[in-house]
Amino acid sequence: MRKIYGFHGGIHPPENKHQSLRSPIADAGIPPELVIPLSQHIGAPSRAVVAVGDRVLKGQMIAEPSGFVSVPVHAPTSGTIAAVEDRQIAHPSGHAAPCIVIASDGRDQWIEHGGKADYTSLDKAELLERIRNAGIAGMGGAGFPAAVKLSVKPDIKIETLIINGTECEPYITADDVLMRERAGEIIEGTNILRHIVQPHETLIGIEDNKPEALAAMRAAAEGSDIDIVEFPTKYPSGGEKQLIEILTGKQVPSGGLPADVGVICQNVGSAVAIRDAVVDGRPLISRITTVTGEGVAQPQNFEVLLGTSMHYLLDKAGYSAEKNRRLIMGGPMMGFTVPSPDVPIVKTTNCLLAPAESELPTPPPAQACIRCGMCAEACPVTLLPQQMFWFAQGKEFEKLELHNLFDCIECGACSWVCPSNIPLVQYYRASKAEILQLRRDTEKSEHSRIRFEARQERLAKEEAEKEAKRAARKKAAEERAQQAATAGGDEDPIQAAIERAKAKKAAQQAGGGEVSELEKLEKAVATTRKRLETATGKLETAKAEGSDLVEALQTGVDKTKAKLEAAEKALHDYQQANSGEQAKPAAPTDAAQAAIEKAMAARAADASLSPEDKARGQLEKLRQRLEKSRTKLAESRENGDEEKIIEALEATVERLSQKVAEAEKQLQETEGA
Amino acid sequence: MTDLFAQYPLLTALIALVTLGAVFGAVLGFAAERFKTEGNPIVDQINAILPQTQCGQCGHPGCRPYAEAIANGEAINKCPPGGEAGIQALADLLDVEAIPLDEEHGEESVKKVAYIREPECIGCTKCLQACPVDAILGAAKQMHTIITSECTGCDLCVEPCPVDCIDMVPAEEEGLQSWHWELPDPVARKVEIIATDAPRDEAA
Repeated sequence: MRKIYGFHGGIHPPENKHQSLRSPIADAGIPPELVIPLSQHIGAPSRAVVAVGDRVLKGQMIAEPSGFVSVPVHAPTSGTIAAVEDRQIAHPSGHAAPCIVIASDGRDQWIEHGGKADYTSLDKAELLERIRNAGIAGMGGAGFPAAVKLSVKPDIKIETLIINGTECEPYITADDVLMRERAGEIIEGTNILRHIVQPHETLIGIEDNKPEALAAMRAAAEGSDIDIVEFPTKYPSGGEKQLIEILTGKQVPSGGLPADVGVICQNVGSAVAIRDAVVDGRPLISRITTVTGEGVAQPQNFEVLLGTSMHYLLDKAGYSAEKNRRLIMGGPMMGFTVPSPDVPIVKTTNCLLAPAESELPTPPPAQACIRCGMCAEACPVTLLPQQMFWFAQGKEFEKLELHNLFDCIECGACSWVCPSNIPLVQYYRASKAEILQLRRDTEKSEHSRIRFEARQERLAKEEAEKEAKRAARKKAAEERAQQAATAGGDEDPIQAAIERAKAKKAAQQAGGGEVSELEKLEKAVATTRKRLETATGKLETAKAEGSDLVEALQTGVDKTKAKLEAAEKALHDYQQANSGEQAKPAAPTDAAQAAIEKAMAARAADASLSPEDKARGQLEKLRQRLEKSRTKLAESRENGDEEKIIEALEATVERLSQKVAEAEKQLQETEGA
Repeated sequence: MTDLFAQYPLLTALIALVTLGAVFGAVLGFAAERFKTEGNPIVDQINAILPQTQCGQCGHPGCRPYAEAIANGEAINKCPPGGEAGIQALADLLDVEAIPLDEEHGEESVKKVAYIREPECIGCTKCLQACPVDAILGAAKQMHTIITSECTGCDLCVEPCPVDCIDMVPAEEEGLQSWHWELPDPVARKVEIIATDAPRDEAA
């Protein structure tokens, strides 16, 4: 016999479970219209992948997950997509949310699907993928995606796998009947989970108020090493952290996850859904929901398609609206009043409670807290509900956090025992929401502050750069003015610039079209040559780096070379044509033109030479100049010229000899290359 | 030595006190140099409370300048985006009386974000220059748009727009995502001293 630990506090509300246990699970059938909300789980809402008018088959994915903590949604039956729009959903706010509406065709035609009976041949990642693709999200009521819960970090060793068959809330019997009728499937699902998690021990925790379920589960688990643990009934034993404490004695740390103490917990409903997904390839499209309360004639459990209207389901159980004042989704402790009976059943709807006023009366008005301390005695998380109540009233959020408000599981035990009928849980829920909002605001304001400061910094930097440029310009202008003052007396620099520009313009006009034509050609030659140089440079670097652009660059260089030749030829032709017609009359009048032409001709000649020849020519020229300078120097010495002149000539000779030496060296290098 | 101290108790006391004074003085002096705080720490604390909308409604060019001004004795009630909660937090921090918001600087309102009616935008970049947190995306002669997640709702881009195509819209629409439980309202729940008493409106 396994040791049963306990947890602090807890309460024993009237169970009221027998009403819905009189008959077996009934099939709720196919309603004419199914409204499937895109967000039935905790995490990012799914994204619709169907359009209005599409025909869908049973089990077809109609919405895909939009993140890691998200699950897909599947069509619960075959039919046509009637709408993708906002519809009112089962939520305490009564707000509408995006839903896919399917008009069912009644044929219930399955999409092609297949599972793998021999799941042991699949590895962990593949199984998790199947569970995720089946859209399984916490059937216990919270709606946390099962695959996310099961994908623990590889460095965490899971000691214990717990299957939660506790169902501690009054009225709800969905898990109870599931264990009675489908114990084999639960065990099969548990074995799949064991294969994924590889725990040391596997426990199925069931309260002692479900003897039939216990017997059925024990029979199904016969021969396996799955331990069915029976323990005394107390609310809220079904809370994940409470159940872990009962079965293992370990407490999940504040703000932590069960995996932190080496435990993974799954609901029995999830175990069956996982079995269906893996073995049959059947996604999560239906669930077992308890319909109970004095508002219905035959309280019982239904296997219901997700998206079925609550009203449709209630009618199956003989609902009388006049008997029932408010409809509750979930149990009387943690459930909430739904805005209207027309909202759909979702993955987390474990119970529809339609109580009569006498059964679950409107809470009487809250009175002053008398500081009796019963709430602290009842709290299963050992919090101090009374203190938190005061702080919540005073909006002292910091103190609330210090009192571990976020560990509150909102089980409602404190409100249930409160002799003053204070709706304590509502205070905690509201405070939690406000603290979360405050945290978001602080985060946002911190973000804004960083952005603001970054902008200020950027603006300051830009301003400083501008200032520096301005200062540099000012300094340059001052220097120019000073130079102008020293060189040309008090001549106005602006006036001088204007005059220069005028002179240039006049010269251009005087030169006429011929000169500009020549200039154009010259320019073309010069730019093409420049381009060729850069292209060659690039080609060489590309070759050195072994880039794959070499070929492209080679063709580029070749093309540029051809262009250069063409340009030079054009220039040459033009010059010849002009010299034929104009050279004679122009030559005596325009010495400058002649010089340019000579230079051009020389350059044209140069261009056709190889670099080696060029260098050789250069050297030859330099040698000639050196020779000339030497003779001049000798003449000056003979003539007995002034010392200054001789010195200057000597310096020239020296310089030229240096240049000659340099040119020789260059030539050698070119030849060597 | 002991005899000497016993003989001149007054002198001994004097020497002891002077020595102690010198030692502690040296320690304090060293600590003052070694652990010197850069800037004014209270400004950072005030700045952390201010909402960082950078809206300038307080008359200062941004939240930090206002934080500096508060540290130098300016009134704490000039920040409408911070609202009463902000004033309360500042009052707690500075240990002064919380005073109501100065209406001169604007009223507390719901959080807003700017929204550019894009077909009307002419791409003048004037709003880009006005935005204190660079939350507007755009370039000259290109349509501009607000990066909603970065917008602080400061309102500063609305005035420079020459074609008046910027609206301030409530940041969060009333919906499922923004909904949360409210604190129980004791007035709505008709609190009675004795629960069995009939509510007043029914009795009357």
